[in-house]
Order: sequence, then C-alpha cells, then structure tokens
Amino acid sequence: MNRNIIQTSAAAIALCLLSFSISAETAEEKGLAIAIEADKRDEGFADSTANMTMELRNKQGDTSIRYIRIRTLEVIGDGDKSMSIFDKPADVKGTAFLTFSHAIKPDEQWLYLPALKRVKRINSKNKSGPFMGSEFAYEDIASQELEKYSYKYLRDETLNGIDSFVIERYPAYEHSGYTRTVAWINKAEYRPEKIVFYDRKNSLLKTLTYDGYQQYLDKYWRAGQMNMENHQTGKSTTLAWKDYQFKTGLDDKDFNKNSLKRAR
Amino acid sequence: MKHVLTGFILATALLQTPVIAAQWSGYVSGQYRGFFEDPVDPRQHNTYLSAAAEPEFYHSWQGGDHSFNTILFYRVDQHDDNRTHGDIRELSWTGVYDAFEVTAGISKVFWGVAETQHLVDIINQTDLVENVDGEDKLGQPMIKLSTEQDWGSVDFFVLPGFRERTFPGVEGRPRPEVVVDTDANAIYDFSAGQDHIDLALRYSHYIGEWEFGLSYFSGIDRLPSDFVPIAFAPNGQPGAIVPVYSLINQAGIDGQVFFGDWTWKLEAINKEFRSGRRKGSHNFQSVVGFEYTWVGFTGAASDLGFVVEYHYSDANTRETIFNNDLATALRYVLNDAQSTEVLLGFLTDADTHTAAGFIEASRRIGQNWMLEAELRTYN
Repeated sequence: MNRNIIQTSAAAIALCLLSFSISAETAEEKGLAIAIEADKRDEGFADSTANMTMELRNKQGDTSIRYIRIRTLEVIGDGDKSMSIFDKPADVKGTAFLTFSHAIKPDEQWLYLPALKRVKRINSKNKSGPFMGSEFAYEDIASQELEKYSYKYLRDETLNGIDSFVIERYPAYEHSGYTRTVAWINKAEYRPEKIVFYDRKNSLLKTLTYDGYQQYLDKYWRAGQMNMENHQTGKSTTLAWKDYQFKTGLDDKDFNKNSLKRAR
Repeated sequence: MKHVLTGFILATALLQTPVIAAQWSGYVSGQYRGFFEDPVDPRQHNTYLSAAAEPEFYHSWQGGDHSFNTILFYRVDQHDDNRTHGDIRELSWTGVYDAFEVTAGISKVFWGVAETQHLVDIINQTDLVENVDGEDKLGQPMIKLSTEQDWGSVDFFVLPGFRERTFPGVEGRPRPEVVVDTDANAIYDFSAGQDHIDLALRYSHYIGEWEFGLSYFSGIDRLPSDFVPIAFAPNGQPGAIVPVYSLINQAGIDGQVFFGDWTWKLEAINKEFRSGRRKGSHNFQSVVGFEYTWVGFTGAASDLGFVVEYHYSDANTRETIFNNDLATALRYVLNDAQSTEVLLGFLTDADTHTAAGFIEASRRIGQNWMLEAELRTYN
C-alpha cells in the first residue's frame, strides 16, 4: 500500500515534472523542434531531378518565361549540391549554375557561359540578389538547411483549412536580405504552405505560397507551384515544377566543373 | 578622336523541341556598323551591313556520358571579303569514363579569370574579324583528356592543325593602316610549319575562396611574333604584310580570391621564343585587378559592378597594346525580365597617353530576340 502510494506519488511528480517541462519549452525550442521534424521528414531523398518553368510577371501583367532543369544531390551534414541548366530564353540556353550550398558559410558557386565556354566562380556571399530577374532571391531557392535560421514558434493557425504551426525564422547568415521570415508549416506533413518575408528594414517584402503538393516515394512532398509576390514592387514570379524524379543515381561526379561544362 | 565605331547587333535564336536527346538550335543575326569619321584609306567605308548564322546540333546518349556537338558559323559582310567567312566552331565527340573525360574533334576551351584581357587563354586562335575585343575564337582541332579529382583538375591537350588568325581585309574597318594579307602564305619561322602538333597541360583547383590554375603550352604562338611586308606601294611604303608565326613555350598562372564583396584576380605568362628572330628571348606579361559588385545598389534589384585591371608587359609597345595600361569598367545589371545590362569601359596607356573607350549594352526583346549595341572610341 505504502509502496503504491509512493509509486503513485512518484508518478504524479513525474507527470508534474513532465507537464512542467512541456510548459517550460520555450517558443524558441518549440520552433526549432518543428524545424527539426520538417528537416527529418525530407531526409534520405539522395538525389532528385525536375523541370521548372519560371514565369515572371510585372505590375502591368506582362510575362516572361524561363525553362530550367534542376538536379540536386543530397549532402548529409551540409547544404546540398545542385545544378541548374537553362533551356529558355534562347539567349541563355546552355547557361548553367553549379552550387555547393552551405548553412552558415558562403556557398560555392560556378557559372558556365556556353558562348565563351567559360566557367566563372561567382562571389556568392551576397545571396539576396534576384535569381534570373525573378522575385526569388538566390537565398530563397538555395537548399533549406536547419542551421540557416534560428526559430521561434508563434501560434497555431488554420490556413485555407490546413492546420498549421506559424513559426518565425531569423536568418543566421549575416548577408541575408531579410530580418525575419514567417512560415506556415502544415501540422500533418511538416511542409511549408506559406512564407512571408520581411526586408532588412523589417518591412513586409514578399509572400511565397505553395500549391499542388505531391508526395514522392511515399515520403517526400514537393510543391507543384510556388508563387512569390513582391508587395513593394507589385511584381510576381511563379515556379511550376514537373517531372520530379528521385534516387536517379546521381553522385559527386555529376556535380563538378567538368560536368557543369557538359550540362545540356 | 581618330576612329569612332558603333555597332548594332540583332540576334534571334531558333529553337526546336528535342527529338530523342538530339536537338537543333542556333541563331541568326543582323548587324550594322557605322563610323563617325571618314576612313584613312579611301577603299574603306563608313557603314557596314552584315548577317551571320550559327546553327548548332547536339546529340547525347548513354545518359549524357557520350555526346556529339556541332556548331557551324558563317558571316556575310557587305564590304569586307575577309569578314565574309565561315568556321567550324565545334565538331566534337565527348565521352565520360568514370572520373575521366575525353574530347576529340574541333572544339573550344577557355582558361583564365580576367575580364579585359585573356592572357593565359591560348588554346584557340582569335577570330579577329568578328570583333576587335578578341572574344571570338576559331574552332581548334584537339584531343583533350581531362580528369577531375579531389586534388584538382588536369587537362591534357594534343593540338594538331594550327589555325591562323583572321584579319580585316582591304575594305575592312577598323584595321591597321597596312593591310594584313591573309590570302598570301603566312611565314612560319621553323621547319614543321603549320603541321606542328602543339601540346598543352593545365592543372586547376580551388581551396575555399581561392581558385587557381597553372598551365603550360608548347607550340605555335597564336599571336604573330612579327609582320613582314610582301608588297610595296609606289612611295616605298609597305602595301601589304603577312604574319610571322613562331614556336614558343608558355607557362601561365591564373588565380582569384574573394575578400568580402571583392574579387581579386591575377593572370601572368612567361613566353619563351623557340624559333625565329627572337629565339631564346623571353616575354613576361601580367594582368592584376579586382571586381567589386554592389548588389542592390539602387535599393532595388539592380547591381553595379566595378572592374579595374592593370596590364603589364616587359616587351616594347609594338608587341602588345597592353604594356603599361589601366583598364576600368563599370557594369550596370538591371536584373529585370529583359536582362538589361550596360558595360562602360576605359583603357588608358601610361606610356603613350592614349585612351580608348567603349560602351556595350544588351537587352532581350520578347523571348527570342536580343538587341545589342556597342560604341567604341580610340584616340
């Protein structure tokens, strides 16, 4: 009996401690925990290839289209390696980027110019510049590593019927173009549904929305459409993704300067 | 100001959809060149119209490990017979075998890091009639063996079939006062002549923010070592000259490093003449400089870049225009949907106190057209 009481009270104390520790989980810890879970759910895809159409729209509604093929190699413990090959517009056909992305230190990036057959190392310290004239900055399209931000859980919210965590992310990279971004993370699948970007002056800059999610290999969610709207300029860019393939057998040799020159 | 040249280039690219990994692409372009001042030689003109086409065929198999690439080029010029010319820019097969890559056929290779002069870049001959900036190259027959390893990349070249430099013809402009006669036989001051097989080796690597290359070339210098008169005008002045090509050994080094938003660059060559009048003599040349890019300089999407490069050569001014010169350039990139860019540059010679300036601007129109304009001045 005594023993039972002790056991029960021990359990009660343990329960108290547990609930205490839950309530003591700071907003920062909860935000990080959500980011860790999201990161974990995307692990192990090894490599992927996809075709992307980038549509640029200005305030007047004029559009301009780019076709880009993207190959990605997952790198465990560091940023991924990627190759972007341009098919259109015609004047940049064959132009390609090779990027070894890193969380905190600057990416290593090479640009291949087919007319000169020149491989040029790009000073990629400043990732805040626009990618191919679009509303996406280099840092927006780079691989999303856990260490790139510190996190803070804000609240739960239903976004277009989707139960979401709302977390705030603060770039760790000193040359980032943002003071913070606010992300709506799908509670069931831990995938981003919307991200709002605030510029260096902490003014509302852009909103990115994800649509048409599809699951690949029963695990990896990829958006079919990503729409970035710039609130300051009225311009927007839509990325439409097609032909996703995973575990195609790409390796390090497919992501070096010789393969960049061969990329077509 | 002695010569002022403007050029307009219109280009369109005709793309066809890929058919089983084989694809045709390419462009056609129209060009107008106008000069603000009358020519020195009455045989030259003030305006030149020309058109060019560059079809390209590419086919790959075995998942891209093998590929065949062809790029043909042809230009028709209104006045300049030498500028009316064709070239096989590319006709090559490339095969990948694990970490090794083999290319055989006619191809093009670029070496180096500098923007205003390409010192170490020696594999391909310059197609000088295309543009005075020397950026256009002729296709070079080659067998190239490459490997890329953790410790760096090595490229080994066997280069049969020397290509002679193109020069503007009698009616061409701009050109030297004395015409370089490319129809007459050029002079090779060594016995093998044009049949000499050149060899080249390059090692390149990067460590963190440092990027560097070491190169060695043994063969026929792409730049003529001299010009000799073959015809004389009634006043005793040379009426035409031909280039003299010599054998050289050339060691080159190039490198660049990032410090913050700054990119520092260096290229240097040491050329040893192995034949002819200058046999045994050396020539050292270098270019050092930096590039700085101010990302988002108007607070918006555009970038402003500065390029400053200093050129040095221990040879006399006759052999190179880049003997003690400072090149400065300003690049304005709008990062707009039409990829609008403007490049503004000056080249000043500290010895002769001469200067040259240029403006290059380009903008895409629609999806398939590109408009380019160039303005060059010399004094």
